[in-house]
Parts: sequence; C-alpha cells; structure tokens
Amino acid sequence: MLEIVLKGGNIVGPKGTSKADVLVRDGVVSKIGPDLEGERVIECSGAWIGPGLVDPHAHLREPGQEWKEDIETGSRAAAAGGFTAVVAMPNTDPAIDAGHLARYVAERGSDVGLVDVMPAGAITLGRAGSHLSHLDELWAAGVRLFSDDGDSVADAGLLRLAMEYLSDLGGIVAQHAEDTTLTLGAHMHEGAVSARLGMRGMPALAEESILRRDLALVELTGVRYHAQHVSTVGGVRLIEEAKTKGLPVTAEATPHHLAFDHREIRRMDPAYKMYPPLRSTEDVEALRAALKSGVIDVVGTDHAPHAAAEKDVPFDDAPRGVIGLETAAAAVNDTVKLDPVLFFQRLSIASARLLGLDRHGCWPEAGSPANLVVFDPDAEWTPLRFASRSENSPFKGRAMKGRVMATIHNGVVSYEAS
Amino acid sequence: MNNFLTMDGLSKADVTSLLDLSDEFVEVLGRSIPKVPALRGRTVAMLFFEPSTRTRMSFERAAKALSADTMSFSPGTSSLSKGESLKDTALTIKAMGANALVVRHKSTGAPWRIAEWTGLPVLNGGDGAHQHPTQALLDSLTIRQHFGTLDGLKVAIVGDIRHSRVARSDITAFSTLGAEVTLVAPRTLLPVDMEAWPVATADSIDEVLDSDVIYLLRIQKERGGASVLPSLPEYVSRFGLTWDRFTRMPEDSVVMHPGPMNRGVEIAPEVADHERSLVEPQVANGVAVRMAVLFRLLGGEVTDA
Repeated sequence: MLEIVLKGGNIVGPKGTSKADVLVRDGVVSKIGPDLEGERVIECSGAWIGPGLVDPHAHLREPGQEWKEDIETGSRAAAAGGFTAVVAMPNTDPAIDAGHLARYVAERGSDVGLVDVMPAGAITLGRAGSHLSHLDELWAAGVRLFSDDGDSVADAGLLRLAMEYLSDLGGIVAQHAEDTTLTLGAHMHEGAVSARLGMRGMPALAEESILRRDLALVELTGVRYHAQHVSTVGGVRLIEEAKTKGLPVTAEATPHHLAFDHREIRRMDPAYKMYPPLRSTEDVEALRAALKSGVIDVVGTDHAPHAAAEKDVPFDDAPRGVIGLETAAAAVNDTVKLDPVLFFQRLSIASARLLGLDRHGCWPEAGSPANLVVFDPDAEWTPLRFASRSENSPFKGRAMKGRVMATIHNGVVSYEAS
Repeated sequence: MNNFLTMDGLSKADVTSLLDLSDEFVEVLGRSIPKVPALRGRTVAMLFFEPSTRTRMSFERAAKALSADTMSFSPGTSSLSKGESLKDTALTIKAMGANALVVRHKSTGAPWRIAEWTGLPVLNGGDGAHQHPTQALLDSLTIRQHFGTLDGLKVAIVGDIRHSRVARSDITAFSTLGAEVTLVAPRTLLPVDMEAWPVATADSIDEVLDSDVIYLLRIQKERGGASVLPSLPEYVSRFGLTWDRFTRMPEDSVVMHPGPMNRGVEIAPEVADHERSLVEPQVANGVAVRMAVLFRLLGGEVTDA
C-alpha cells in the first residue's frame, strides 16, 4: 500500500492541535512526528488533520432513484466532503426493510470503496407505517440505525412495538419528527414569511409534538433514540430535558438549518425547500448554541439529491431536500464557530460512537485507523460544481470559509482538492 | 419596469403614476372607438394555469384595446396534461413569438419562475394566495375615482384573508397610498403571523361598519377556506354584510368585492346591487389598469404607425 505523508498540518487531538507530519501506511496512522517522508505527500499547512467525518443521515437514492444519485456518486460526494463513513437512509425504492436489501447497499458501498456505507433500516415495512419491518434480518445485516425518515412513524402503538423490539437488539430508533396532521399542504415554516407569501406553513409544533410523544415512549421502553434534523427552539429544549432525565437520547442538526432561516424563501427558490423547513432566526440561534453546548450531539447532512429538472419548478411543486455532503464541513465552520476539538466531536466522533463504528471517529495517533480528513478552516471557496449527481444545494455559488483539502479512507486517498 | 409581479416594493409615486396612466386609458375606453394602436404588432400570451374568466377576459380586452395580438392557453387541454413541465410550456410559448406573458398559477412564485426561464416581461395574474397586483391597482383606482384619494380613508377588508392573493396585494397598495386598513375575519381565515403588516384587526364586521370602504372577500372553498369554518350561516352571522348592517354604514361609504360573489354569504344580494356597491366600476377599471401595465411593460419598444 502506498505510503502517504500529510505534511505540516495541525493534528487535532482531544486536547487541541499540534503541528506535525502524519505518515499513513497499511491502513493505519503509522507515525506522527517531524519531517516524515513517503511516496505521496499532501501539503497540509494551515489545515486541521482530524478523524474522517461521519454522517448519520444521507440519502444515496440507490436502489430505485439512480437519476438523482447512486452509491458511487454519493460516495464521491461524501469523500469530497471529508466523510469516511455515511449512513444511507432507507427511503429508497424499494425501501430497505429486509436483510438482503441492506446487504446490497453495504456491498455496493464497499465495491465503490470510497467511504464506508452503512445502511439504515426502515422501521416499518415499505415505510408504510403499518407493520414492523424485518428488524432481526436488518440487524443481522449490520443495520444499527432504524428510521422511516422522510416520514414519521405516526402510530404510537406501532412505534412502541418497534422501540421494545429494538431495545432488545440494541438498535437505535431515529425519527423524522413531523406531525403531518399539522403540516398538510404546507411547504415551508409557518411564520412571517409564509404569511407574506400566502403559503401554508409547517408550525414548529409539528416537530415538537412528535418529539414530546416519542420521548415519553423512550422513557417507557428504554430504547436508544436519535432525533433527526432537529430544527426548532422547542425541539432543542425537549432534547435537553430528556438528557437531563438521563434518557438514552441523541440529536442531530443539519448544516442548512444551522446556516439559513426562512427568509431565504422570500425568493421562492426551490433550492431552499426541505423538510423540516428552514425555520426562524431564533430557531437557528438555538440550534447553533445547542451544537456548541452538546445538546445537539452531531451534524447530519440530510443530503437529499434531486435532479435539476425536478427542482426547476415552482416552489410548491418541487421535491423536498437539498444536497449537503460536500458543503457540510464548511457550512458548520462558517456558521458555528467551533474549536477544532468540538468540530471533530460533532462531525465525526459522536456519530461514530453513536453508530458503533470503531474504525471511525478516532483521533489521529500512531496505530489509529487511517480514516482522516484534512480540513483548512480558513480556505475560501465557492461551491459551483459537485461530485454528487445532483446540484440542488443552497450553498451553490455562495462564498464559504473552510474547505476539505483531502480525505483518507482506510489508508487510501479518497479525495484531494484540485 | 421589466415585470409586474407584486405590489411589494412599489413606492407611492410608482403606484400613483400607474393610476394616472390608468386614468388616461379609462378615457380611451370611453371613446366611440375604444382602441389605440400603441402595441400594434406585439403579442401577449395568456398563461392561465388556473381557471379564470374575468381576469383573463379583462387582460385580453386590455391587450386588444392596445391593438396587441393575444394568444391563450387552456390547462385542461394543454400539453401539461401530457406531462410537459411548466418550464417547457413557457419556453414553447416564448418560441411562438410572445412578447409578454400574463401568468396565473396555483403555486406561489410561479410567475417569477417563468420570468426567469423566459426572460420575457411577465404580468402576475395571480399566484397562489400570494399576489394579484393588477387587482390591487384596479381597486385603488376605483377608490380614488370615488373619493379622490386614498389618503386617510378607513378601509376594512373582510373575509378569507388567509387564502387571498387579492388581500395581500390590496393591503400593500392601500396602505402605500395612505389608507388605514383593518382586517376582519375569524382567526382561522387570518394569516398566522401579521406582526410586520401595516394593518389593524377586528373580530366582527360590526366593529368596522364606520369604514369608508368595506371590501368583501369570498370564502375560497378551493383553497380550503370553507373547511376552517364551523358553517357558512355562522360565518354570515359575524362577518356577512347583511342589509341590516349595510344600513348602519355612513351614507358616503362604499362596498367593494373582487368577484366572483357568493350572494347571501359574504354579501347580501340587495347590497351587491346597491348603487354604493362599486363592483361594476371595479370590473370596468380592470381593463384600464391592465392596459396601463401592458403599456408600461411593452410600450417603450413600439414605434407607432
């Protein structure tokens, strides 16, 4: 295997950064020290060298919607964004609700080989919300996180069963919290902007009412629970209360909810359409603070590719979702001023621990697995083209600060900025 | 002016100048041959993706009174029903030689999209519950004709404001022109957040019977307006302009309605037909203001023959 030297970067560890070279050989960090040499040298001055990023929430669209993305293009996008492991959401066609489907996704991921692709499993059969999916099979196929993402599991009785079943196995119930009886026909946040535009709004309450119910069920069942894309002040407060009670709960925020509020929709550009929708400035502030404090544990991209023609329609008619893998690190760096230790905690380590990934989320040190990212927090760039098959990014054409310079996946360079 | 999409952002001078120009076209429409050659050789395409009779005919009449040619389009029989995208439909109509597009669409922002895609001047003929700016102009013109000014007038807008693009455009236009606007509706028919709106609110029509203008809106069943009410009779009891209520209004006050009216619901039949109902002048003025906007958008490029 090729020897790689990461030259002159700031190596991030649990206590801060230190300047040294990193030698990568045979899939591990073999040496850290001054003046190291190797066959391939990557210049890293000014950049952080930390554990490769881990995304608990991406839509890679395969099988079934390959015109939007597939596991190969999604893996390229992940590598370009500094990720070494990605959880693929199960709202594919068919939904990942049985063992053979999960194995297919994982195998496609390892065939491509740019990033570890971990399939998430559907909680209910076909994500239809009426019957448990093949939870044992999914577990045996390596699935650790279960979600009907895109939809909430609305039926409390069924969710309770899933929670009881998965708490035996050790699985994580991840919920897209949206009470659809409150969001019918709505496409954006309910507030001043929706009122001006005459568009039906999705109230913050739609998220909070589901979270409130779910957290009571977590208390009853003891299952590990992960709140996906928390977007509201009230959602943050509920997570904080649950953690204070000692419930086994984690929460995620997306880069776009950290970066933008609903005023972006004044221009009615479908590039800003996603669920949950962009919220108020108060919500954005609460998310940023919660990511700093740790009430929000992790950043999840909710990378959701859609073809250009699908998005090139009026706002109401556009599919929901934005891509995020390639801009996540920059967006978080730009909008939430995290020190390098916290940055990697939130974007890598906490997700790796959540998902039980031993080979990811490890501080770079001699002997640690070589899943690494080189991220320059001061580099300025403007995303214009994407490795993803789709370009539905709200960050497209916006100047950003912080850039992934290189990604090392299992000791191999999976991405290097040109 | 490249497009005419919204009342937002127009100054009092902008609106006044459009109303002044509209007055000139009111005069044209009163002539024995109500037609001028201003837009001869220009083609205006009507893209009404939502059913419309009055607005569409009013725009057609306006275009023809300016000697423009018109093309129109019916969503039911169009290629949209064969799966063509809105963008391709718009580009196709541009390729046929349209010089300006009048767009009505159920989705907020659709006319903006079409303006971006085609680069043609677009007139918003109503998008979702968002904007209907020519309606606001014709309403402002009608009020100005009657009272001479909107400055200091008390205008109450009553009814389904939440689902109304007319209300959103009117509120901006009326307050820009100096009127005091009060919105009257049950909470389920008001927008959820009006903090920044230049309006007062009232809980029943009885509180605003002293207004100079009562502007009534239809319950928009097609946008979900009816499902948020217990029943229509209950609505009438608190918000309907009944004959009894009409008789308690000042003698020089007027009643307006953008149509189509639901007689016996928001407006009593005898009120609708009363001489202080301005419904017919509103419709007539619609043609003049649409001529003004078309002339503004297309007139500069024409060398008169």
